[in-house]
Amino acid sequence: MHVPYSWLQDYVALPDGTTAFAVADKLTQTGGGKLETIERVGEGLTGPLVVGKVAAIEELTGFKKPIRHCQVVVTAAAEGPGSAADPQLIVCGARNFAVGDHVVVALPGAVLPGDFRIAARKTYSRDSNGMICSAGELGMGDAVFDSKAGDGIIVLSPDSPVGADAIAYLGLDDEVIEFEVTPDRGYTLSLRGIAREAATGFDVPFQDPAAIQTPEANDSGYPVKIEDPAGCDVFVARTVTGIDPHAPSPLWMQRRLQMSGMRPISLIVDVANYVMLELGQPIHTYDRQRLSGPIVVRRARAGEVLETLDGGKRQLDPADLLITDDSGPIGLAGVMGGASTEIHDGSTEVVVEAAHFQATSIAKTVRRHKLPSEAAKRFERDADPGAAAAAAQRVVDLLVELAGGTAEPGVTVIGAVTRPAALTIPWTHPGRVAGVDYTREEVERRLHQVGCDLEASGDDDLVVTPPSWRADLRDPNDLAEEVIRLEGFDRLPATLPRASAGTGYTHAQRIRRRVGTALASAGYAEVIAYPFLGQADLDALGLPENDPRRITVPLANPISEEQPSMRTTLLPGLLAALRRNVGRGTADLALFEQGLVFHPRKDAAPVAPRLTVERRPTDEELASLDAALPRQPRRVAVVLSGLREPAGWWGPGRPAGWQDAIQAARIIADACRVELEISQDQHEPWHPGRCARLAVDGRLVGHAGELHPRVVAELGLPPRTAAMELELDRMIPAEEVLTQAPAISSMPVATQDVALVVDAMVPEHDVEAALREGAGALLESVRLFDVYTGERIGEGRKSLAFALRFRAPDRTLTAEEASQARDSAVELAASRTGAVLRS
Amino acid sequence: MSAPNKSYDPVEVEAVKPDEVARHRADALAAIAAAASLDELHQVKIAVTGDRAPLALANREIGALPPAARAEAGKRIGEARGAVKTALAQRQSVLGAERDARVLVEEAVDVTLPWDRAPRGARHPLTTVQERIADIFVAMGYQVVDGPEVEAEWYNFDALNFPPDHPVRDLQDTFFVAGGDGAEGTGSGMVLRTHTSPVQARTLLAQGAPVYAVSPGRTYRTDELDATHTPVFSQIEGLAVDEGLTMADLKGTLDHWATAMFGDGVVTRLRPHFFPFTEPSAEVDLQCFVCKGASVGDPDHPCRTCGSEGWIEWGGCGIVNPRVLIACGVDPERYSGFAFGMGVERTLMFLNNVQDMRDMIEGDVRFTLPFGMEI
Repeated sequence: MHVPYSWLQDYVALPDGTTAFAVADKLTQTGGGKLETIERVGEGLTGPLVVGKVAAIEELTGFKKPIRHCQVVVTAAAEGPGSAADPQLIVCGARNFAVGDHVVVALPGAVLPGDFRIAARKTYSRDSNGMICSAGELGMGDAVFDSKAGDGIIVLSPDSPVGADAIAYLGLDDEVIEFEVTPDRGYTLSLRGIAREAATGFDVPFQDPAAIQTPEANDSGYPVKIEDPAGCDVFVARTVTGIDPHAPSPLWMQRRLQMSGMRPISLIVDVANYVMLELGQPIHTYDRQRLSGPIVVRRARAGEVLETLDGGKRQLDPADLLITDDSGPIGLAGVMGGASTEIHDGSTEVVVEAAHFQATSIAKTVRRHKLPSEAAKRFERDADPGAAAAAAQRVVDLLVELAGGTAEPGVTVIGAVTRPAALTIPWTHPGRVAGVDYTREEVERRLHQVGCDLEASGDDDLVVTPPSWRADLRDPNDLAEEVIRLEGFDRLPATLPRASAGTGYTHAQRIRRRVGTALASAGYAEVIAYPFLGQADLDALGLPENDPRRITVPLANPISEEQPSMRTTLLPGLLAALRRNVGRGTADLALFEQGLVFHPRKDAAPVAPRLTVERRPTDEELASLDAALPRQPRRVAVVLSGLREPAGWWGPGRPAGWQDAIQAARIIADACRVELEISQDQHEPWHPGRCARLAVDGRLVGHAGELHPRVVAELGLPPRTAAMELELDRMIPAEEVLTQAPAISSMPVATQDVALVVDAMVPEHDVEAALREGAGALLESVRLFDVYTGERIGEGRKSLAFALRFRAPDRTLTAEEASQARDSAVELAASRTGAVLRS
Repeated sequence: MSAPNKSYDPVEVEAVKPDEVARHRADALAAIAAAASLDELHQVKIAVTGDRAPLALANREIGALPPAARAEAGKRIGEARGAVKTALAQRQSVLGAERDARVLVEEAVDVTLPWDRAPRGARHPLTTVQERIADIFVAMGYQVVDGPEVEAEWYNFDALNFPPDHPVRDLQDTFFVAGGDGAEGTGSGMVLRTHTSPVQARTLLAQGAPVYAVSPGRTYRTDELDATHTPVFSQIEGLAVDEGLTMADLKGTLDHWATAMFGDGVVTRLRPHFFPFTEPSAEVDLQCFVCKGASVGDPDHPCRTCGSEGWIEWGGCGIVNPRVLIACGVDPERYSGFAFGMGVERTLMFLNNVQDMRDMIEGDVRFTLPFGMEI
């Protein structure tokens, strides 16, 4: 909402010296409107700029275009040509004026917008002491001064005072406050509403522009029938005849419309817009000669079409509320009028509509037809039904005054103004909501200022009837808000409630944080990618047709058609981030993401029901919601490429590989305090020989390893890119796992090394596990320290060298004890894995 | 010490004569002093203290002396050997120190060489700033609650007092899951949550009052990605429902948070606003970090950060609308509550001077790494 400051002051006697900023700031704090911007009108314009009168014109020829050398009277004292100091000599290239016309003259020293400095100079071999200005040169481009003028210079009306300061006369020195209007305060989409808030804010009287006399309804007005009283509860129609179709809008009205962000168009349209801005009541005007039969307000019928006045042909929906006459639809009620009954250059008779339409119906029509309008904006936010009669009267008065029209005595008023239902609240309610001891007088005063009528009920209760323009006041807390905001939020003390004693983070929340910290500590950088993907992403991963990751949750309105679904895997987002980094010149990368993936539930209802809000839904009803929602487990994934350890002066770097990806899973398992089971697997998108299956308690949690070369090529990834993805929710034990503190023995350690030769396909993990089990209670640790393959042990074999450390809690182990334990370890490894002690 | 040697004729015992002992002593001390290296000193040591050393030999001959002379000779030789031993130790220490000093100089390195062999990682600042905020509230006794990102419309809108035809319940503003019959693709009854408030409805329904909870997480709105908007963003919302909670409690809570987050100098302001799920509602402004409000009404010194308004919008808040309490099974006659919600990206922009929201979502490690493990 754009509010010209000078216009606002018509309705509020603000204290002397109050600035536009002070008003905007006050309303921002009381909620009357949030300051967006303040624009200084006439920025960059300084005088002297005066009203002049053309005294003589000398046509100059011999130049590329016709030029006029004019004598212009610019002081009030010298009203005729021939005075001593006057007239000024001014060269002008425009031709849309004649001797005797009043014009706007910028005298030497003036600066026009765009740092256009005016000085006395010689041009076209004549003296020129100033400039005769056009609307564009003054920064008032849309203004209409004379329909014949085109973009020539401004010709003012003959009653403009010669010699007067044109900046003030044209309203070029003003400020426009732009307010953001919240959806509950539709009444502030008007000067009337803003002025009311300003008057309350500064505690000064408010001059209500809607408080004017309106005539009683009678039967001789233009006939109107409402077939849908729920959609339209008030309809006022007035008729004005004998309008001069050429009468221009007065300059002050044009300026106010311009500053409010609307273009002056023609007197009738301008008057309608002006009254809408003034009172917040949208007005529609019909050319009476184009209407046929009574106006009927009804819903559209299937197949009906309306050409709106913007030229669009609208296929109407049965839910659209229409204005019709015998010819059919002539307007989308409250949104936009139709072309067939539109006011035009020759219109002399006007039917004025000031009606009230249901907000939600209007909002739906706007969305259906993608047709926002100034009128609809106000109806959507509950326009004031009580303003309709006054607004119609204002239009009639202005057309009579400015266009020479005649008000017809017929006055049509259909329906009645209803006020919002009365609310009963204890007068202490606002104070209880705020935590402030407001007095009863303060509460009553503020509710009165809002426009409510109050009645006492018993000792403590107030019966509050909100005004017609406050349909948003529906609940006791709505009234509390009015009192609190007008008393000022700065009256609120700051107190801290004593929350119930908390227990901190849950076990799962702590693990999630630990996992993130562990991965970051291991050198991974966290990524937060958009969780969308498409078919092409899944194809690139080489997923088979029946892969569950291909069953996605699709969106009705995705950001991009390429990625219309919610992700079922974190890898596409991470790999995209990897590629982006590589593209920007970072080659050595280790990235991770922690986030949700989305899987439609098998046999889920396709629709989540919309439950009641009048009471708590039953547990069964709530369960039906969750049953429709997709499963949304939390996953963690990593991707790596380039060097895991950089090269440097110490030597070469170490390339990232499948080992790192699997190690990332081990790091996560440690953070979760679970035992990770790793085994060979084949799973897309991993390299079939370099893919680990990750499991916990025998249950699959994810995969890790090097990506399939085809996937790497398909996605343009660096060679040997590795990845890991696992379902974190499955890693988090149901019960918190507490680390059991080990007993630390201070006895000496006995070390035994063994080298075992096994078949190359035997997993090291199996050999180590057998050693561990076979070694018995004295074993402290097993560590693989070498893997050897080569001729000395034969093809298809590998030698694994382990360091075993033994220790007893209570004594020094003898060499025999340690050897015995080692032997039984080797024995079990031999029987389980075919391991042979290497000689 | 050897036993008296009776086979020696005392007359032949030249070595124990005082002159001889003094000479041996002087020779030994001179040799020790002359040793230039630890190796040389080692040789000298063998020569002056070994079995064949003159003083050692002299010592052996004490036994050949008449008993009356033994004590004096023993003392004399003992003193001489002690002096030699002391001199050796001193020389050893001097030469050792010299050698150490030389070796340590030779072993000197350039300590400024880089050793970044283990690459550094980092958590995303959006994660860590959420954790930091959550920490503040956990310290106040709140719990942290999570919920689904694909959410039922009922939780996201209806339960929070959004009327059925509210404009945001539209493809223009909200991502809808495809499916169901409804017109315009909004028939599935499922949306990508537009705020984390549905988690609060879930918490109230699951736990009832009193409850003090914050819910951080990802949220979705159909904004175009630009420097200050992203369709996928993060929010942290708080909810307190208890007996007798007021706007003043809300204000105190927000002030506490702002101070814990931004430091003592931060100034907050509540400004009336409108949200369906709170009544009264307010927006929370922070006084501009850059101009501290000085740019207001001073066109010569405009502030780009706050647009010379002096304040920056931080988030929204208010008293929980009693209609929400009813839908969540909480008695609004007995309980009242407050709720607040802030954009995490916005908070991060203030806290760490992030200039462009796109930096937070592109995953460029050059953005993330400087943030380390914690904000």
